[in-house]
Amino acid sequence: MNDKQIKALKIFDEIKLSGVIYTARDQAHKRLVEAINSGKKLPIDLKGAIIYYCGPTAAPKGKVIGSCGPTTSNRMDKFTPVLLKAGLKVMIGKGGRSKEVIAAIKKYKAVYLLAYAGCGALINKYIKKAKVAAYKDLGPEAIFRLEVKDFPLIVGIDSQGRNIYD
Amino acid sequence: MKTITADKIKKIIAQLCVKANLELRSDVLVMLKKARNTESSKRAKKLLGAIIDNANVARAEQLAICQDTGMPVVFLEVGQDVRISGSLQQAVNKGVELGYKKAWARGKSTYSPVVVHVDIVPGSKLKMTVLPKGFGCENKSLLKMFSPTAKIEEIKGFIIDAVKAAGPDACPPYVLGVGIGGTADFASLLAKKALLRKIGTRSSKIEADLLKAINKLDIGPMGLGGKTTALAVNIETYPTHIAGLPVALNFSCHALRSATATL
Repeated sequence: MNDKQIKALKIFDEIKLSGVIYTARDQAHKRLVEAINSGKKLPIDLKGAIIYYCGPTAAPKGKVIGSCGPTTSNRMDKFTPVLLKAGLKVMIGKGGRSKEVIAAIKKYKAVYLLAYAGCGALINKYIKKAKVAAYKDLGPEAIFRLEVKDFPLIVGIDSQGRNIYD
Repeated sequence: MKTITADKIKKIIAQLCVKANLELRSDVLVMLKKARNTESSKRAKKLLGAIIDNANVARAEQLAICQDTGMPVVFLEVGQDVRISGSLQQAVNKGVELGYKKAWARGKSTYSPVVVHVDIVPGSKLKMTVLPKGFGCENKSLLKMFSPTAKIEEIKGFIIDAVKAAGPDACPPYVLGVGIGGTADFASLLAKKALLRKIGTRSSKIEADLLKAINKLDIGPMGLGGKTTALAVNIETYPTHIAGLPVALNFSCHALRSATATL
């Protein structure tokens, strides 16, 4: 998603996303922020990246991934401003965000999108490819690189800092 | 005296773990469909539709209803005339490990030791229930020790405020389990057990009033507004001490999953 596309998004807009996204939840966030703070090279390029708060179940035979819905976003709030500063542009999750995160989204002209909460089996249909990109030892909490097609999402916080839950 | 082998228990527990994670409870599905029909908000209708589709896809394609396959909570009602050969504790834990592998649960996670609640009851049957409890909603659980002279309106207020505070975070529409009475720990167990009771069946006036009040909060599916903030409020009660009145609240997300078998 480029800056112009992000700028055009307004809260409550319903979109269908196609392209490459990365999963990351609690432990991966902790490691990414530790790496940034100690000046280490990151295992994924955060510039313009899309992060999906998700820890999928194992893939059954014939599927690229298992059940893969969003996890509660606010547990990532304490890490998010650092990632936004490092170039992260789009976050996908469920539920509200802290004031600090909303301010950082506005500052860095990013966007927060909501995926259908508790619909991990349904969302499986929109994931076309999946492979571990980093932190394999974290199992389901590893960073997965996903190729998605027509992933249905709702704009939760837009680049002007408007919040769907206000 | 009836003898049941630990091996048999292990196999049944494994089957229940699979069933609970892949097949949404039929009473929950009925209430979701009812809610979709009564919602007036277009967005709420669409989101409830997605939740219903999700349950159908999970069952048809053998995918977990939710990637959070929960912390397994096992309830056993053991008839006092039942003899178990082998280790019951091991049977339950191994059954859960086996079942969670088959349910395509999250890769390297470990699911045992599980939380087990045992009740000894009359008779010669063994009833087993597995409740995979997601933690997005478990994290919203609350306990409050009320004064014995507290008014019912105070208790209702406590529950309604807790739903407001949970807002969109724990995957509404919720099912609320409430335990009133006993001790602090026992009220919490009652609240969890309340989630096992079929929803939409019997409903006391207090339960009905609470559900009505909660559904006026306009939180709605995914917290994006609508009449469906909760599908049901189930209350279980027990006598308590004259000096107290424990009230516990256990949240379930819309994916309320449990499966039961009796030997």
